[in-house]
Amino acid sequence: MDCPGVLAVPLGSVVVFTPISHNQIVRLYSRFTSLDKGGNGFLSREDFLRIPELAINPLGDRIVHAFFTESNDETVNFRQFMRVLARFRPTKTNSNKNKLNTREEKLKFAFRMYDLDGDDRISKDELLAVLHMMVGANISEEQLGSIADRTILEADKDGDEQISFEEFVSAMERVDVEQKMSIRFLH
Amino acid sequence: MTDLKREFHISDIMYFAKCGAEAVIEDDVTKRFTAEELRTWNFLTRTTHGHQFISARLTGLWVLGGIFRYCLLLPYRVVLLSVGLIWLFVSTAVVGCMGDSPMKRKVNQYISLMAHRILTRACSAVVTYHDRENMTKNGIVVANHTSPIDVIVLSCDNCYAMVGQRHSGFLGMVQSALARATHHVWFERSEVKDRHLVAQRLKEHVTNKNKLPILIFPEGTCINNTSVMMFKKGSFEVSDTVYPVAIKYDARFGDAFWNSSKMGMVRHVLDILTSWALVAEVWYLPPVTRKKDENAVQFANRVKKEIARKGGLVDLEWDGQLKRMKAKDSWKSKPQEDFSKIIKVD
Repeated sequence: MDCPGVLAVPLGSVVVFTPISHNQIVRLYSRFTSLDKGGNGFLSREDFLRIPELAINPLGDRIVHAFFTESNDETVNFRQFMRVLARFRPTKTNSNKNKLNTREEKLKFAFRMYDLDGDDRISKDELLAVLHMMVGANISEEQLGSIADRTILEADKDGDEQISFEEFVSAMERVDVEQKMSIRFLH
Repeated sequence: MTDLKREFHISDIMYFAKCGAEAVIEDDVTKRFTAEELRTWNFLTRTTHGHQFISARLTGLWVLGGIFRYCLLLPYRVVLLSVGLIWLFVSTAVVGCMGDSPMKRKVNQYISLMAHRILTRACSAVVTYHDRENMTKNGIVVANHTSPIDVIVLSCDNCYAMVGQRHSGFLGMVQSALARATHHVWFERSEVKDRHLVAQRLKEHVTNKNKLPILIFPEGTCINNTSVMMFKKGSFEVSDTVYPVAIKYDARFGDAFWNSSKMGMVRHVLDILTSWALVAEVWYLPPVTRKKDENAVQFANRVKKEIARKGGLVDLEWDGQLKRMKAKDSWKSKPQEDFSKIIKVD
């Protein structure tokens, strides 16, 4: 869409929290309204899962969940929608505070996908459950168990057999988070 | 292949996160079920988002265009549409009285072409037919589906037997009118579920050289003419040779897509009748024959690919039924399998 638009949303507040250009906001707002089948200004879980490519994503439920933890509610409004997507903007060098697309925010997003019970630690059971979602029935429980054990062993530093966010960050030290968690469209 | 495998790393989750967020921003499927986005405004619709107030002059032009379309084009087209439909009813009734003979088939061909040509005039259709030497007199014709108008567009150039469920109301009246003049394959609602019976009836029809080619839209639903979606294998089990046809409408002159979940048939016809014109291109592709080692699904996919290539449409494997239903949970197994393949296990 390359036409100037008048939007029925308070764009000002969106711009402040999410460093995304005006055109992209217009486009994402159009996407938001087309996902909003009820036409009531917010999205439900059903609305998200109607996107086939998200519904077949092995971790689709976790991604949808991220939108609802942002909103703390059974619905997601446009501002919350934008705040979650803003994490996937490429990081620019001139970092300033309050931005959602820093390396740390991206890592937090990934960490929370593992952290099923929201206690800020990844236990072996949580890791196993997420691994199971990723591979389905293609790898045996036993083999998944040994993968989970090894992963925890490598990341765990204080010996509590869980991964805290700090341990998660150091395990990601050599990972190109910027590239793996950024979507080109949101430049 | 084993050397491509690597150990699982905790960062692998990012791949799924990124794919998921990308799908939320834009996906390849849901946009096929809404009107195609145009680069420029064609003075037809004013939606709440997309084309808004640009300038007073453009708004003035839009109003003038509206007056022209609704006060001049629409009445003229409604008259033509009525003439076409009356001709269809009267002539098929007359032909229906004749006994089955080569003469009847010849007469039917004339009246059918005539009726459909009047009907396309009612939409100011400008259709270009390419590669007419590939047109068939028998067999199964498969085409991509945008709107019931597809049938009229194709019937201006050749006669087809229709396949479908028997409807009630106005559509039912048209169906029985058509059935008087020649053999169509209409199924009662209760019969549609019986795949064996459907295949049997189609097979009987196709093997009879005196019967018209069957026109089938294997997508099973209307797509917005930017892509071709999954072809149901049923029609590819009946015959080993099919005659593909690609239809591409020019969206600048009007939207030919029938968004059946959003608007009724009457609304769709009204939209077509108030558009600038119905500009379409039709390509007759050379017949495609099933290879020895091919099953019906592979055969269907190959035909779909050919149609997509010829019509300049995106070739998708997704099921068009996603318009109404949600993706099945079992479809997750494919990405899960793909991921497991690259993970090294002890």
